[in-house]
Parts: sequence; structure tokens; C-alpha cells
Amino acid sequence: MDIYLDNNATTPLHPEVKKEIKNFLNNYGNPSSMHETGRKVKSKIKKARENVAEFFDAPANDIIFTASGSESNNTVLKSVLFNNYDFTPHIITTNIEHPAVLETARFLEKNGIEVSYLNVNKDGVVTPEQVLKEIKDNTVLVSIMWANNEIGTLQPIREIGEILEDKDILFHSDAVQAAGKIKLSLRKSKLDFASFSGHKIYAPKGIGVLYFKNFEKNKKTLVPLIHGGHQEKGFRASTENTIGIVAIGKACEQLNKEIDDEIKRIKNLRDLFEKKVEKEIDDIIINGKKAPRLPGTSNITFKRVEGESILLRLDLNGIRVSTGSACSTGSLDPSHVLMAISNKAEVAHGSVRFTFGRENTKKDVDRTVKILKKEINTLRKMSPIK
Amino acid sequence: MSDDLWVYSDKVKNHFTNPKNILEVDEKEYDYDGKGQVGSPACGDMMVVYIKVENQKIKDFKWKTFGCASAIASTSVLSEMVTRNGGMSLEKAYEITPEQIIENLEGLPANKIHCSVLGDKALRAAIDDYFKKQEKKNPYKDEDVEIVCECFNISKEDIRMEVLEGATNFSILQARTKIGTQCGKCIDKTKKLLKEYVDKYYKEKIYNPEKD
Ligand code: FES
Repeated sequence: MDIYLDNNATTPLHPEVKKEIKNFLNNYGNPSSMHETGRKVKSKIKKARENVAEFFDAPANDIIFTASGSESNNTVLKSVLFNNYDFTPHIITTNIEHPAVLETARFLEKNGIEVSYLNVNKDGVVTPEQVLKEIKDNTVLVSIMWANNEIGTLQPIREIGEILEDKDILFHSDAVQAAGKIKLSLRKSKLDFASFSGHKIYAPKGIGVLYFKNFEKNKKTLVPLIHGGHQEKGFRASTENTIGIVAIGKACEQLNKEIDDEIKRIKNLRDLFEKKVEKEIDDIIINGKKAPRLPGTSNITFKRVEGESILLRLDLNGIRVSTGSACSTGSLDPSHVLMAISNKAEVAHGSVRFTFGRENTKKDVDRTVKILKKEINTLRKMSPIK
Repeated sequence: MSDDLWVYSDKVKNHFTNPKNILEVDEKEYDYDGKGQVGSPACGDMMVVYIKVENQKIKDFKWKTFGCASAIASTSVLSEMVTRNGGMSLEKAYEITPEQIIENLEGLPANKIHCSVLGDKALRAAIDDYFKKQEKKNPYKDEDVEIVCECFNISKEDIRMEVLEGATNFSILQARTKIGTQCGKCIDKTKKLLKEYVDKYYKEKIYNPEKD
């Protein structure tokens, strides 16, 4: 049996979501149609929107369906460009963002917008003070990810929100990695916008969410990325991805019931895994261990061996993980986060990310540690580094 | 070569899972005639090779590698290439190109070629070391350092080494060495030399003068 430990990359469909999709497949109606075939689908979308809103603790009116987390991120950031300010706007983000934010920010820069990229400290976190120091008269947007995908560190979103509260600055968070793994309350967060993705929370690929605080009142603050029909209250044209919407609605409904227990269970698995690895394998570093981080993420550097070769050897044993090694990403730069917390390229090159999800069990932990120990041993034997 | 970035050939997979000729003892015990090292842990690839020489042939080749699957597999396949049939002559071994290693691996994903095929370079370093230890001149290395590009102090031998390490057209060579980017008077001569070496080592298979 394969062991899937790459739940930060994507997640398998929740069994209830699978069932829901199957049952829905005959509902081909266009929710914009007036007839019953369409109306039936429309009401299912309404229900899905309510489930998503409830799970993230937000009003249903403030939930916009998109095609992906990347689309939601692009919508928020590119609005700074499309809004045509009569001054040069400035935005603040971090250098550990997902490419959907980082590359979009670089695109804005090319188009004349000022961008500050905050560095994370050695715990992998940006502090509210750093944000405060960077604010200028022309700052219009702050975009900071909720949880980091590689080592899982959580950013102080609530505290940063408090700093920005009395200022005329919009606050966005890419919450794709945090969703479904920790409990989120958008109402308490002081965020203006947040991005989510279906396939990280046991729903399919191709469905995303944009949280838009007080949509009715504030809809002019953002510019739609896709113009056309009146779907999503006129903010996001395109005939709805009905299957995706129904699926993400079901996923949220299920997670809402399961999340408290799952957080505990997954954290226990992760902690057990790290304890066992520490005991069985020497010369390792658990990255981000001291920082507040996601309960299911474990990022470990195995000294003297390179990440991709560990990944592939585990893969041949049916264990699926990922690595921060530059070799595997196609870029030659090792990960920003790992460089920030360690200041050593070697730490990034030898790092492997294990991310646990709802399907993992204690047996998976035992087998993974056993095989890991064997493969690390073999690879270290051929390593010239002492 | 495979178009898919992530699919390694079966040959790579075999050498990766079951690598040949790893140095299993301490290097002092192995009693080598030459040792070559390239890369560093910070670059993500590091390789040390050891050779034993007899009658100007490589009698034995052992190695250690820190790196990704293709780095491990390419050193392993190189160890077979140079020890096959009673050992490769030092002369031929000194002129091994990454292309030959890749051919022996039945291809590598495009994004892996320049970063992970370091074996030929390490082997040349080991042969240099062998001659140094013997206190002899390396007959396969052109010690006469005729300078081609004065602005960047690049010799004929430097260009030959770059070609052996995969600089098969002028843009790659220029990106790696900056040759010809200052006054430019060396460009014609460099292109002529480049063609000569590429013809010699790559048998006109890759070099396409039209491209430059
Ligand atoms: S001699 Fe080469 S650039 Fe001047």
C-alpha cells in the first residue's frame, strides 16, 4: 500500500465529497437558467456557499467562488494595478509567499507599483513590527500568507490585522495552506480578503474561494479579473464550476464536523513521527520546530544527503513526500524559508517535507520511519561529506 | 531524451538504486593513484573520485557522491565506462564529455544535465592529480597557455575544457566565461576554435554554426 505524505501539495478527495460528486453528476443545469433544471443547481450552490462560509466563519455573502487559490491571489493583487491610483501605490508582502503571490507582485513591480518583500526571521515568521516599519503614505495593500507551505510556520495574521485596522490599507492573506489544517475565523481575523483552494481541503482541483469582506459595501475596492456575465454577484464572470462548488461545499461541511478531532489526531501523528525519526536517525534538523506551525507538517533536513535522492528512494518504496532541494524544483536557488531559518544552503538541499492528512495512520508512521532509516543509511554510505 | 522532466530512464533508475563501485573503505585504505573532487555541499552536488592507474590505463575507479538521482547515477555509470574491457586509456578518459555519460545513461531530463553531470570533470581532476603525484607533465593537458581572450584571460585550453564540459555553442561558452564581451576582438578566433573542438568531441552532432 502506498503511503501518501504530501498533503500540503494536494489532498485525496474526502469519501463524502466523492459521493456528493457522483450524486450531483446528472445535474447539468446552468444555475443562471430560470427553469427548474437550472434552479435546482442554483440552490445547491447556495447551500455550498453557506457551508464554506460557516467553515471559515464568514458571512455567505462574502464568499466568491473562483477557479483556484492562484486566481483569488491574482484578483486581489492585480486590483492594485487596475485601480488606477493617482499616485504610485505601494504594497507589502513577504519573500516566502507562494509563486501565485510572489510572481504577481513581481508583475506589479514591472508595471510601476512599489513592492516591499519582508524577510522572515530565523523562526520563519514575519513580525507585526516589521510590517509597521514598512508602511508608507502610499501603502495600499498588505498580503501575507497565513501558513507557509514548506515548513508550515504560521504568520501572526491576527496581530498584523490589528496594526492595520485603523489605517486605510487593505489586508489580504493567502490562506491556502492553513485551510482545513487549523481552525480559521475570518470574522475575527480583520482580513479584507483571503484566498482558499479546494484541492488542499479534500475537494477537487479547479475550485477556489476568495473571501471578500463586506462585499456589498466594498465591492469597488477590487477589480474583477474576469469580466463577462453576472455570475458571483457580477464580480467573477464564467458559468459556475458547479461540480467543484458542490464538492468544496461538501468538503467544508465534513471538515467542520471533523476538524477538532482531526487537528489533534494529525498533530499526534506528526509528533510521533518526529520523535521516532529523532530516535532512529542521527544528524537531522527538524526545521521550524520551535515556531508555531501547522499540526501536520514536518520538514526535516538529513545532513550529508540530498533531498531529491531521498524523495526518489522513498517513492520507489511507495512513500510520497516532497523536498525543498533546489535540484527538484528546477530553480537553482534553495528555498527562501529554509535559507532564512538556517542561513545554510545545505539545510535546504537535504530537506524533506512530510505532510500528514486525514487518511494517514500510525502504521504509516512506523513504516515510513523504518524505510527512511534504511534509505538514509544507504545514501550516507555513498556521500563524500563527513 | 525524455520530454518529461521527471521521468528518468530505466538505466538511471538502476544505477541510482544499485550504484556500482562506491568507495566503501576509508580513502587512505584504498591507496589510490589519483583523486579528483568537484562541487560542494552548498551547491547541492559534490563528488569525489579515486583512480588506480596501470600502464596508462584506469585499472580501478571508486567514487562518493552527494547529490540528486542523476548525479549518483552518472558517477556510477562513469565508473563502469572507464573500467570496462581492462580499463580506458588515460588519454580517452581525459576527453570524456557529459554527452557520453548521458548517452550511457540512455538520456537524462533536460533540466538535470548541467547541474548533475560532474563526473567527467572530477575524473579529469583525478588524472591531473595522478600526474602531479608522479611528478610528470600531463600529456593530455595543453600546458602551453596560449591566451585567446585577453580581456578575460581565457586560454585555448580553457575553451577546450569548457567544450568538454558541455559548452557546445558560442552562447553557452559566452554565458559561462564572458568571452568576447569586452572589446570583442577575440570573437572570430574563439568561434573557429570552438568549431574545431566541438567537431572533434561531438562529431558534428550538436554544434550548429547557423545558431550563433
Ligand atoms: S579579447 Fe576577448 S573580449 Fe577582448
